[in-house]
Amino acid sequence: MPEPILQTEKLSKRFGAVVASDAVTLDLVAGEIHALIGPNGAGKSTVIKQVAGEIRQDSGSIRFAGRDIGRLDMVARARLGLARTFQVSSIAPEFSALQNVMLAVQSVERKTFRFLKPARSDTSLKEQAMSHLVRLLLDDRAEIRAGDLSHGEKRALEIAIALALRPKAFLLDEPMAGMGPENTAKLIEILDGLRTEAPILLVEHDMDAVFALADRISVIVYGRIIASGTPEQIRANEEVRRAYLGDEGHDGAA
Amino acid sequence: MNREAAISLLIAAGLLAAPLLGNAFDEPFVITLATKVAILGLAGTGLNIALGYGGMVSLGHAAFFGLGGYVAGILASHALNYEPLFTAPLLVEGTTQMLIIWPVAIVVSGVAALVIGALSLRTTGVFFIMITLAFAQMVYYFAISWPAYGGEDGLSIYIRSEFPGLNTLNPLHFFAICYVLLILAIGFSFLLSQSRFGLALGGARQNAQRLATVGISPFRVKLTAFVISGMMAGLAGALYADLNRFVSPSMLSWHTSGEIMVFVILGGTRRLFGPAAGAALYIVLENTLGDVSEHWLLLLGALLVALVLFARGGVIGILAGQTRHA
Repeated sequence: MPEPILQTEKLSKRFGAVVASDAVTLDLVAGEIHALIGPNGAGKSTVIKQVAGEIRQDSGSIRFAGRDIGRLDMVARARLGLARTFQVSSIAPEFSALQNVMLAVQSVERKTFRFLKPARSDTSLKEQAMSHLVRLLLDDRAEIRAGDLSHGEKRALEIAIALALRPKAFLLDEPMAGMGPENTAKLIEILDGLRTEAPILLVEHDMDAVFALADRISVIVYGRIIASGTPEQIRANEEVRRAYLGDEGHDGAA
Repeated sequence: MNREAAISLLIAAGLLAAPLLGNAFDEPFVITLATKVAILGLAGTGLNIALGYGGMVSLGHAAFFGLGGYVAGILASHALNYEPLFTAPLLVEGTTQMLIIWPVAIVVSGVAALVIGALSLRTTGVFFIMITLAFAQMVYYFAISWPAYGGEDGLSIYIRSEFPGLNTLNPLHFFAICYVLLILAIGFSFLLSQSRFGLALGGARQNAQRLATVGISPFRVKLTAFVISGMMAGLAGALYADLNRFVSPSMLSWHTSGEIMVFVILGGTRRLFGPAAGAALYIVLENTLGDVSEHWLLLLGALLVALVLFARGGVIGILAGQTRHA
């Protein structure tokens, strides 16, 4: 197995009496989609938040691209190449879709503190941003105010922004949440192509999407990883069936 | 040309025409009022960068405005009294040259904005308002209790400072200086708002988490904007001191901070000519309604409430036919 790009080691986080993460150890290697599944409130998002730097772990370590990032803030981790999307879309609503992506492009170029030259006349900036919108099939919505986009389009826009960061790893927190079947199918196809660019740590409730995409699945219950393996192994795992998937198999979950 | 651009041009032309007419009809007071509009409009244009573009509701901009004023007053009074500012380690004399006073005022208010901003921007919302207010009040009480430069009584500047090639004692000449600086500041604000930095600042205002997630520090972006904003207010303060030939702690008081904010809100936040229009409206109301009743501020208050409730784009927003933010 190749050296993991991202690795958490015994990550633990408590909120008062609630153990949100209990010694979570997982990794992400190049080219894969590693799905993190579990019932509501199991602590999936808490793991994403700790890896992204939104909340600080109580103990344990996080290694990314060969260095310990456990004490870095969100900005520094993003600059190292961690691209994250949110469970509830987080965009700049007054900006156009294109401007939202431009922010990410100018960040990667490390050219934010330019005060006099108009950004809209910067063709390279615009073209790069546009190319990411094209990948998410949003190019004809580029000039729409992001706040006016449909729910599904906002989800896709967040992924376009993440893509623009040219990341070394994606952290996607329920990208399919609230999407209709048609959009979900489109997104599955897009994510499928994304893994070759950078591996994806995917939190998702849509079990069809998870089993269609994941190379590996980890199941988290009460903050603890109870099983980890290929989709086949997870499907066959008795403990997982009892705790989460239900007796009738994965179809009844989600 | 869109409607807002046309209105902006009209305001710029109107502000230029007023003192010329005042001169033609021998009403020098009109020139003074127009100069005051240009200077306060400049202070408001500065605040608009923090408040409008950056979403930082600062109730402490009087600190920068007043510091700029005190820089002008202190430098000029030393020069006029032939007393050096320092003798050791090296001799520093006062000056009455605006071209020296302005950069000093800009640097001093910029440093103050850097310190106050760096501490205040660790908070948001109402805490940010209160902490900027608290810092400004600290500067205010410091000025009151420091007797060397007049303390509570303030500091007089006997002769208006000089600008090469112009006679600053001629009200029209001094107006021209202030007007050009106002237009330059508005032009700079326009470029800033359209730039990559402007994009990041808008991102920080709308959704700081989004900005951090793409690897741009909202703190650094906001702090930079806050410093630029404070510098403009400081320059305006230096001009204001020269207009009145007087500096006093009242320039530093929270009342001044509130007034600058009123200009911005009256005219319309994030409208390039909003602060200038707001300052003009305020001063016209002060000098018309103010003559009728000393309770004119009551009416101003009602106007403000109406604007905030029904026309968030301020006066410019109403004239441009948009009552929402652009």
